[in-house]
This record gives sequence, structure tokens and C-alpha cells, in this order.
Amino acid sequence: MVINHPLLGPRDISEFVYLGDASLLNRPDWDNKKAEENFYKYVYLRKNVAGIHKELWFHQQGDRSWLVLTRNTLNHEIIKVELATDINKNLE
Amino acid sequence: MTRINRVKSSLIETDKAINFVFNGKKYFGFKGDTLASALLANNVKLIARSFKYHRPRGIVSNGSHEPNALVEHIHKDYTEPNTKATTLELYEGLIAKSQNCWPSVKYDFMSINDKFSKFIAAGFYYKTFMWPASFWEKIYEPLIRKAAGLGKLSKRNEIRISEKGFLHCDLLIIGSGPSGLISAYIAGLSGAKVILVEEDYVLGGSLNNEIFNISNVPAQDWVKSIVNKIIKFPNVKCMKRTSVIGMFDHNIFGAVEKLKDKKIHQMFWKIRSKKALLCSGSLERLIPFQNNDLPGIMLSNSIRSYLNRWGVNSFKNVLLFTNNDDAYITAIDLISKGITIKAVIDTRENPKIFDSRIKVYKGSQVVNTKGKLSIEGAYILNKKGKVIYLKCDILGVSGGWNPNIQLSCHTGVKPMWKKKISAFVPGENNISTHLQAVGSANGYFTLNECILSSEKAVLKILKDLNFPSIKYNIPSIKKESLEIDNFWYVTYGSKKKWVDLQNDVTVKDIEIAYNENFKSAAHLKRYTTLGMGTDQGKTSNVTGLAILASLSKKSIQEVGTTVYRPPFVPVSIDAFVGPSYGKNFKPIRLTPTHEWAKNNKASFTETGLWLRAEWYAKKNENNWRTTVDREVMAVRNSVGFCDVSTLGKIDIQGKDALSFINKVYCNNFTKLSIGKVRYGLMLREDGLVMDDGTTARMSENHFIMTTTTVNAESVYRHLEFCHQCLWPEMDVQLISTTDAWAQIAIAGPNSRKIISKIVDSQFNVTNESFPYMSCKDVSVCRGIPARLFRISFSGELGYELSIPTQFSCSFASYLMDIGKEENITPYGTEALGVMRIEKGHAAGPELNGTISPYNLNMGKMVSIKKDSIGMILSRREGLANEDGLRLVGLMPISPDNQIISGSHIFNLKDQLKPANDLGYVTSSCYSPTLKSYIALGFLKNGSNRHGEKIKLSNPLLKKEVFAKVCNPIFFDPNGDRLRE
Repeated sequence: MVINHPLLGPRDISEFVYLGDASLLNRPDWDNKKAEENFYKYVYLRKNVAGIHKELWFHQQGDRSWLVLTRNTLNHEIIKVELATDINKNLE
Repeated sequence: MTRINRVKSSLIETDKAINFVFNGKKYFGFKGDTLASALLANNVKLIARSFKYHRPRGIVSNGSHEPNALVEHIHKDYTEPNTKATTLELYEGLIAKSQNCWPSVKYDFMSINDKFSKFIAAGFYYKTFMWPASFWEKIYEPLIRKAAGLGKLSKRNEIRISEKGFLHCDLLIIGSGPSGLISAYIAGLSGAKVILVEEDYVLGGSLNNEIFNISNVPAQDWVKSIVNKIIKFPNVKCMKRTSVIGMFDHNIFGAVEKLKDKKIHQMFWKIRSKKALLCSGSLERLIPFQNNDLPGIMLSNSIRSYLNRWGVNSFKNVLLFTNNDDAYITAIDLISKGITIKAVIDTRENPKIFDSRIKVYKGSQVVNTKGKLSIEGAYILNKKGKVIYLKCDILGVSGGWNPNIQLSCHTGVKPMWKKKISAFVPGENNISTHLQAVGSANGYFTLNECILSSEKAVLKILKDLNFPSIKYNIPSIKKESLEIDNFWYVTYGSKKKWVDLQNDVTVKDIEIAYNENFKSAAHLKRYTTLGMGTDQGKTSNVTGLAILASLSKKSIQEVGTTVYRPPFVPVSIDAFVGPSYGKNFKPIRLTPTHEWAKNNKASFTETGLWLRAEWYAKKNENNWRTTVDREVMAVRNSVGFCDVSTLGKIDIQGKDALSFINKVYCNNFTKLSIGKVRYGLMLREDGLVMDDGTTARMSENHFIMTTTTVNAESVYRHLEFCHQCLWPEMDVQLISTTDAWAQIAIAGPNSRKIISKIVDSQFNVTNESFPYMSCKDVSVCRGIPARLFRISFSGELGYELSIPTQFSCSFASYLMDIGKEENITPYGTEALGVMRIEKGHAAGPELNGTISPYNLNMGKMVSIKKDSIGMILSRREGLANEDGLRLVGLMPISPDNQIISGSHIFNLKDQLKPANDLGYVTSSCYSPTLKSYIALGFLKNGSNRHGEKIKLSNPLLKKEVFAKVCNPIFFDPNGDRLRE
């Protein structure tokens, strides 16, 4: 696989470390009545998408950017690559 | 040298004889030969025994699709089983031998299996070895193990040197037959960056097997002239002896290149191309009939290639059995070299007449053969239904053609059945249009179609990639046709008809599978092993599917194929491994003082990637314990130093650095003032402990965080995650400085004396001005910038000093010099570990990913008044129970009773069973300070059980130790020594 890094261009997969679902960007508010339940959902519940999936990759052997990939899990096509810092935090 | 059984071929250099040994006997061949062609020229027909029934087998094909002629290749550097004689390039001194036979290929003991074949047909494993269950381990499995397997490992320590590399191009062309050559030529002219890959050791593919003319010159000469043009293009890279083994996601191809006469035996390439052309051609398939596996029965086209390319004419009386036109080309070529064609047996009622000299049995079939170790004759069922016998020494079979479509399926595209040519072709590519099959690989079997389809495809690709249009000359070939009868197997007779020669799968086996309801292609494969093995059914798969289709009265498209997966040809594991084995399996990280430690007789231990000094034995110390005890006592009584640079160091700066740190540690950091260090506990979001360390505030917005050695990378990654993904608005910058700074721990009651000698005089390090948990930018040795921390892992008055890495070795020598008076002692990781256990500090064995702050007796440290990673979930029931696991100290009742890490904790009177398990031991050592073995462990409700006796059981080592629960801080629990 090759990831088209928004700053560095196409890079081989061996330079990256995978983390998982990009829903991790939406960390719940700690100071909320339902915080415990919200954190439970945040940490443990994932959609197991067959199709378009947003996920987090870290350019460990590179510029140490966290990237959000939009990838089709059915054929591994990478549709979009964004810097996590650039992303609109209202991901689903 | 006499040239027996040879005719002239431009690809065989008969003036260059090559000696080789097969099954202990000396032979010679010529430059250009494969082992197979040389053996055929030497009239060696019996090459191997079959896998299951140990039937005699010979050479069937001329390439990597060979099912039978598998040999053990004994190279000077390595031994490789299952080498295909048909692809093994002959070299001087080559040694090979038959496999699957004992004592010899002629008299094989296991051929008795053939007599019992009735009992070992498809599925026999599943049926036979079911009962009695007790027989499995003692009788069945050892027997199966002995008999099973294709070839044997040499069990030698082999030296095959493999490397890996990347290649990039505009156009990858897989295969150098007519399609590949035309495509490479046109693309080469256009200036595109091209890689042309060929499995064989000569370019030209199928054209090398032919003697017809192209543009008025013989095919082999035409190949040479176009190859000469192609290799002159600076933008075209030609790679021979290279197999593309798979197509992977994002247009990446894997390829294995065998290197001849080089120091590296093989290269594993990852090739990334903008476009790719599959010019892999097609392979002839067999027709199953009774006893169609005798040596001397070959693919018709392969006979032609041995004659035309390798100049082998050891054939005397040839019979051909065909369902298509191609066999006639073989017949005509053989006749032109003076070889007798006994007859062509054609399944078709009215085949085209090619040559009046050929005797053709129309509408006929070969139904059986005769011969023991090689074919002597064949029985023909003629049109009138009569069986006649014809003598022959070679029987060529042509059952039609299978395009080599495997690579096109690797990314999930299903192949498509094309009825007109009775073959699968690559399916519509709905995922990427990256790889395109042309020529015979796409079902265009005639040369004319082959060249036209390639030309069209390559021009389109060049246009898409914006290369200029160019003028070129390629030959025009007159239109031909290739007619194929939809004939798959001979139904006549009840003896064995082989579909898959390599796995000994017969028509009967397919029938059994079908009758036992293994009706899908994938089930059929698993039940019968059809299409498995080193050839992956290249000559048999489609035939087997066609038989299944006819049994189930379905179309072949409906039956479908099994999924083709990489690799296309077998790849030895070492190609993937490359140089990453033995000491190169992973990189080795050396500590800054490594050279010094080596010169001072340190013994080293691996901790992750690091090689760290574990202890420094003195001359008279024969036992590591003596050394470690001495090192510990030196620190406790005077002073020692240790390289602790492997701990992760993260430099954190920015306006929001402190609030950032306060969010990633669960304990409070807001009150950390400049020049102070604090212990920090880092949680994962699920509330379990991730890591611990210290963070020092060097200035208003500058912090140095340390991590454990093992988590240096993951903590850094986690912090970047927190910053970039969770709080990008924070003004904070992170960088790992683990390698930039050497960190030396200097510890012991006399450490201040040492520190005051090395730190430059303007810096005051008295206890009053630089108390416990202080930090400061200083300089040492007259001007070397350094950072001084008053922190201690050993529990003694201690410092850690950061200096730029390059000064480390000379600094260690300097320390030894200036510390002479105090008898300064270097200590290693083992003494470090002993002292941390004595002090009850949690380390790797305790921070094992299942441990909450409460388990470490640190529950109260977690601040609930602020947001921090993991705070919310750390308070969950189960992680914060009052009676949950607690870190405790364990002291054996008798001090010299060693406690084994991993032992489980039980009440004295309880039976040893999981229900009574109260916890486990994480770390243990001998404490020279306390003159007793000691240990740390987690015990249920442990904090309330100090003083109680328990037993520690290690059923694996059958060891039981009685011990007393105590405070995990064995030594100086109030920490007075730290503050002295």
C-alpha cells in the first residue's frame, strides 16, 4: 500500500503505524453527567464498516504527522488523506 | 564432444559443454539448457516419483507450470527441494537428485501406495484417521508425517543471500513473449520508463519455441533483433530470471529475481508502476485418460519447444493427442527435423488438414497407455469404436490453452469464461484499470491477434500517461485461427485418469468429491488437493473445474474458479526475509557508553532493541550474583554510575506545554515550578496504566519528560496523537531527544561529592540550593552543556546527568578517574533492577497493560478535578475495587528461598486451583541489602494483608515458597536517604 501524504507525497506503508477508527478524534467532554458512558462508547464501540472508513495513521518513520485516511475497506482504495490537525472535528 | 540427440538451435551453444550430475550419474548438456532439456537429450525420462502414489513420473512441460519433474537441487551454498527441472538453468557442476523416492527413483518402496490406491483416494485422511482417537498421536500422525511432504529440507545451515529493493516505472510489462516485446519496443521508443520482466533466462517467451518466420526471418532471430533494440533504450530495464509473484494493493507488484554469478542469490523487488501490462501468455493443458502419467507423456507444445529451442531430438516415434490445431504445428516441426510422427489423434470429427504426410485419426481418443517406467505405446479408440494399439516413445497431449490470468485476480477480480476459446480470461476490472492483460494472456491465441491487442493497449497507455506519439515498425502477421474442441477428458475406461499430476488427483477423485457433496470449486480443491502444490494446478485446474461442471451439469462460468492468490510461483521464505535474520533480524541500538562498557568488560543484555550493560564482572568474580551484589552495595555504601540513556526523553515546549502535560498525566502538574521535577503516571484512555516517568520544568515553557525504555516510542506517538488529534489548538511542540542526550545516573551517599567535582564551579549543588527533585541547566567539565536532575531510581541520594551523546565514553572514563577516592563503581541493568525492587518501583513487569493506578497503590494520585487521559475510565468498577489487586512486597520465610517470577499467590490452607488464585509475582531478585530473596507482586486486597503468610506456587517448575506479605518498599520506606 502507498499513502499519499498531504505534505510529503506518496510514501510506502512501511513508514506508517496504524491506530484505528478516526472517531477517536471526537473525545467526549470529561465534565459531563454522562461522561462515564460517553467515554465507554468512545473507547470501546466501533463501527465495523464494509466500505468507506475514516481511520488514523501515524507517519512514524517520517514527519510524525497523524493522518486521517478515507479508505474503502472493500478494496483498500484510499480516497482522501488529510492531516489530523486540519480536520473538521465534526466527524461522524 | 559428440552431440547426441541434438539438432541445431540458435539458443543452444553446442560448443560449450556443461557437466552435471543427476542421481549420482554424470551427464553433460550445453549452455542454454535447462536441467530438463539436458536430461531429455540424455534420454533420461524417469525423473521423480509422484507425491501420493509414488508413480514414476517424467518431464511434462517446459516451464514453471511443471507438475512432475521436481528435483532436489544441491547448490554449493544451499539445497532446494521441489526445484522444477524445467526452469533450472544448467551450470557447470550442477547436482540434482530425484525426490519422493526411496531407495531410488527406479525402485521406490512407497510405490506400494499405488497398489492400495483404492483406499487412499480423495478424502481418505478425513475418513481413515478418525478412530480410534488414541491412535492419532502415536500411530497415524508419525506415519503421515513420514510419508507426507513434497521434497525434504536439508536441515543444513543454508547460506542463501537475499536482498530487497524498490523499483518504480511508468509501465511494467510482465512477460517478454510477442506481446511483451512489442509493448516494450513501442513504449521504449516513446521515452516512457519501462520495466520488462521475464521469468526465463532468455527473452522471447513462446517465440523461442517456434521456427516459423516473422518479417522473413526465423522467429528466434526476430526476437534477437528486437531485443537488441529494446536493451539499447536507456529508459527500459530488462529483468530476466525474474518472476512477478503477485499484484498487491495500490499498484504494487512483488517480484523475485534470481541472480546468477553474483554475491546475492536472489532479490525481492517491490515494483510500483503507473500502469502494467500482463503479457504472461498461456499454458497448454492436459487431457485426462487412463494411465496418462507415464514418463514420456508430455504437453505437445513442450515437445516442440524442446526440439526448436533446446535442439533436443531424442524422440523417435511420436504420437500426438489433441483437441485443437496447435498440435499440428508440433507435428510439422518434428517432421521437418526428420522425426517420425506415428499419428495425430484428434477428438474432432473434421479438423482442418495441415499436412498430408500426417496420419490423422479423426474423432478418436487415446484411452490408455502401456509401459512401466516410460511409455511404450498407446491404445486408441477410433471413430468406429474400435480400440487399436500404436507403439510410441513420446506422446504429446494438447488439451487447449489456459491464459496466465492469475496476477489479474490477485486484487479480487473474478475471471471470465470465454466459451469460444474454452478458457478463462481476466475479468472486467472494476477496481482499477491499472493492470491490463494483452495477447495470449487475454485469450488472443494467434500471433496476429497477440500483436494487435498489445499494440492497441500500449498506445492507449502511452497516451493516457501523456507520452508523445511515435513512429514505429512492427511486423504484420497474416491472420490465422486456432480452433479448439470443447473436449475435456476421456470417459472410456475405469482405471486412473490423472487430472492433477503433482497431487495425484484423478477424475475418480473429483467424482468422489462431487458425490460426497463437495460441489463448489473451493470445496473440491480442499477435498482432493486439486490445484495445490508448487505448480498450483497450472496444467490441471481448469480441466478439473470442467469435469466438475460436467458432473454438476453446470456451465464452467457457473462453477467458477478457486481464488488465485499470490505467489504465482513458489517463493522461498528467505526471499521475503531478505537480510533480516540472525543478528540482522532487527536493528541493534547501542547505548552512548557502549564502547567504554565493552572495554570495561561489561556483559550485555538485550532490552528491546537496546544492548545494555547488565554487569561489570571483576577478574576474580566467577558468578554474576557476586558481581551484582557488589555493584548494589557500592551504590548503597558509596557511589556508582549507570548509563540510563535508553529511557525515552521527550522535549516539550510551548505556551501550553504545562497544561498539555497536565492532561496526559493523571496526577496534578499545575503546581510544578521552574527547576523542579515530578513523578508522572500516564494512563491509557481505558484507565489502565500506560507508562510512568518524570517530567522536569527547565524553564517557563520548557519541559523534559522521561518515559520507560520500552515505551519510549509509543508514549511519544501517544503524545503526538493527543496534540494533533485531540487538542490541536494547544501551543505545544514535541520532539524525541532520546538519542541526542546521554543520561548517566550517579547514585549513592557519595554522589554529591562526585557531582560537585564535575559540575562547573558557578553552579551550586548543595542540598539546600539543589534539593531532592530539582533540575537545572548546567555545564560540566569546563563548558560542556548538561542538564542535572536530582532524581533517584536506586533510592539513594542520586543524580541523573544529561550530556550530549558524543561525550559519553570519555565522560565515563573521567568519572572513573575523579571517583577513585570514593571507589566509584559502574553498575549495570541487573543491579539497577535489584535496587528498584528493593525500593518497590514499578517497572516493565508491573506495568503490563492490565494494571490500574489502584493496583499500584496510586489510586489517590489520579486527580478527579481535571481532565486527563484515562481519568474517567480509571474509576470504573473493577479497576478501582477496594479489594482488588495491590502491589505488595513478598519476603520468603527462609531468606535463601528464591521466589520465581510468575508464581501465583495462594492462602496457606487453600488448594492450588484457579478459583483460589489470589495474584501473582511480577519481579524477584536477591537483595544484598536485606540479605534475602525478595519479590514484588500483585495480591488481592494486598494493602490490608501486610504481615500475613502466604504461599507462592509455580506449578511449571514445581516450586512452592512460603512468604510473608510486606510493604513493597523494602528499603528506606520514608525516603530519608533520597533527601540527605
